[in-house]
Amino acid sequence: MTSAPMVLSQARLPRWAPALVAVVSLALAGLPALLSGWGPVRWVFAAVAVFLVAMPLWSRLVEGRRAAVDRLVTGLIHTAFGLAVTPLVWLLYVVVRSGAPAINGEFLSVSMLNVIGAEQGGIFHALIGTLLITLAAAVISVPIGILTAVYLVEYGGRSRIARTITFLVDVMTGIPSIVAGLFALALLMLLFGPAFRAGIGGSIALSLLMIPTVVRSSEEMMRLVPDDLREASYALGVPKWRTITRVVLPTSLAGLVTGVVLAISRVIGETAPLLVVAGATDGVNTNLFDGRMTTLPVFIYSQYASSTPVGYQRAWGGALVLIALVMVLNLVARVIGRIFAPARGR
Amino acid sequence: MAKSIDVSDLHIYYGDFLAVEGVNLTVKSRSVTAFIGPSGCGKSTMLRSLNRMHEVIPGARVEGKIVVDGQSLYDPSVDPVAVRRQIGMVFQRPNPFPTMSIYDNVLAGSRLNARRLKRSEADAIVESSLRRANLWSEVKDRLGRPGMGLSGGQQQRLCIARAIAVEPEVLLMDEPCSALDPISTSAIEDLIHELKTEYTIVIVTHNMQQAARVSDDTAFFNLKAAGQPGRLVEFNPTRKMFSTPDEPSTEAYISGRFG
Ligand SMILES: Nc1ncnc2c1ncn2[C@@H]1O[C@H](COP(=O)(O)OP(=O)(O)OP(=O)(O)O)[C@@H](O)[C@H]1O
Ligand SMILES: [Mg+2]
Repeated sequence: MTSAPMVLSQARLPRWAPALVAVVSLALAGLPALLSGWGPVRWVFAAVAVFLVAMPLWSRLVEGRRAAVDRLVTGLIHTAFGLAVTPLVWLLYVVVRSGAPAINGEFLSVSMLNVIGAEQGGIFHALIGTLLITLAAAVISVPIGILTAVYLVEYGGRSRIARTITFLVDVMTGIPSIVAGLFALALLMLLFGPAFRAGIGGSIALSLLMIPTVVRSSEEMMRLVPDDLREASYALGVPKWRTITRVVLPTSLAGLVTGVVLAISRVIGETAPLLVVAGATDGVNTNLFDGRMTTLPVFIYSQYASSTPVGYQRAWGGALVLIALVMVLNLVARVIGRIFAPARGR
Repeated sequence: MAKSIDVSDLHIYYGDFLAVEGVNLTVKSRSVTAFIGPSGCGKSTMLRSLNRMHEVIPGARVEGKIVVDGQSLYDPSVDPVAVRRQIGMVFQRPNPFPTMSIYDNVLAGSRLNARRLKRSEADAIVESSLRRANLWSEVKDRLGRPGMGLSGGQQQRLCIARAIAVEPEVLLMDEPCSALDPISTSAIEDLIHELKTEYTIVIVTHNMQQAARVSDDTAFFNLKAAGQPGRLVEFNPTRKMFSTPDEPSTEAYISGRFG
């Protein structure tokens, strides 16, 4: 039997083709932009539209249908990516531009105690408050969250209790943060009387918000651990609890850490519940169990609410520090994840 | 020391699905018993029920009796963890621990049970286990590297080393040579011969020559028809099985005139 030769190669556009089309699109869209005086935003949008039409068309003519669809979808995905990161980059730019001038040694190392009028003042007390309250919230919610996930994945199966817990956790995810704050306040008032205010109340409120996130992410990560590994461990005569602590948790550790850090990042910026339970103060308070405590978001809120130029300045500075804090936290989590990720390769 | 295993009237279920039906056989101590049969007939299922690994799967259960060394394996008073310490297993798919180095993988039985070992003892166990699994020369310079970085066949030998490092009384091996080259296969077969002097071994294999070479007894499993549960067709000494089997279907399967 004779057969036609196999065709494996096909005409391809050169590597620089997309770049060329992008430049031409910008130029084409620039013409009406110049004529009718569009701003840069409209100009870029028009250029993207031209690109999304021109690139697949050219590809269709030279490379065929499948490549053209590929070019089109690639273009759409890049556009979506651009749309998604624009607000983020913009926000970072604005915060850095407005906040950077406020940052200096004094700003980071003094509190607002006895600061009058347009004196500089600082965020030291709020920094301490944020770190302590968030740390205590993590200390409360990480064990509860991870142990709940262990129960759901390793013991619960599809039992009624497990399904109920999953349902309740999902409901908890939707609790408005102010409600969590009011709950913590009510709890503290029941226990210690109506005038009691303490940082730990803020931690309780935040842990209510953190626990569902930690449970959900840890559950996902632990379900990813293949059953083969659990079986390998059982077959060596290892009891179930040791299999969990020595095989399942270490194997999913990187994911657990990421989940916890995401949960912390989510609550570190909470304002309302902390305003309710932990209140605000101008001085440094390092005792979680007694007295009011300011956190960065609350500081930002109250400074902005003061509506003075120096207040705005401090608020932007505080916002920048808060964002930097979250960023550092994420970097730390990445490093930890990298260190503990199951080793592969040679 | 080494244990014999008596299986009587064993039915094995996955939930409502009857996977293996009415098995009666005796695995003699200090001998090698081979399980052969077409894919999906329940060899792995049968093997896993011998060290209570079957019940790890949700909904899976067993009816009937398995007696090891005079004790009923599925008696409520029996601790499955203790059973698995005595009856080790090599799985059909290699499953080294991804968080552990090659060295720690071999010692996993002790490490995971937090058993303390002197450094010299640990080194000796690792070396002898890896040598017996024919992996030592390939990995001796990179014992600290992750076990996942090995090739498929190397991982399989690593899992064999891990299973023999804890010195079980009975060793269940599910197609231990399916990913191995002839040289490693022959090394594993030598290992089986060597272990047989002290231990009881059950091996699942699709390789008829291997079954004939290493085993003393052979069990042939088959499905009555597609969708039916697997059952034990014939259980006899290997020599008889490969020369004058009782059942025509055994003869057909062994000589390759099947399916
Ligand atoms: N986890 C499981 N849940 C439900 N059914 C299963 C499960 N594992 C195996 N089975 C079924 O049990 C039967 C026997 O499977 P088993 O794995 O024991 O076959 P096998 O003889 O080992 O086959 P192979 O030679 O391909 O390994 C098959 O019908 C299979 O579909
Ligand atoms: Mg199998």
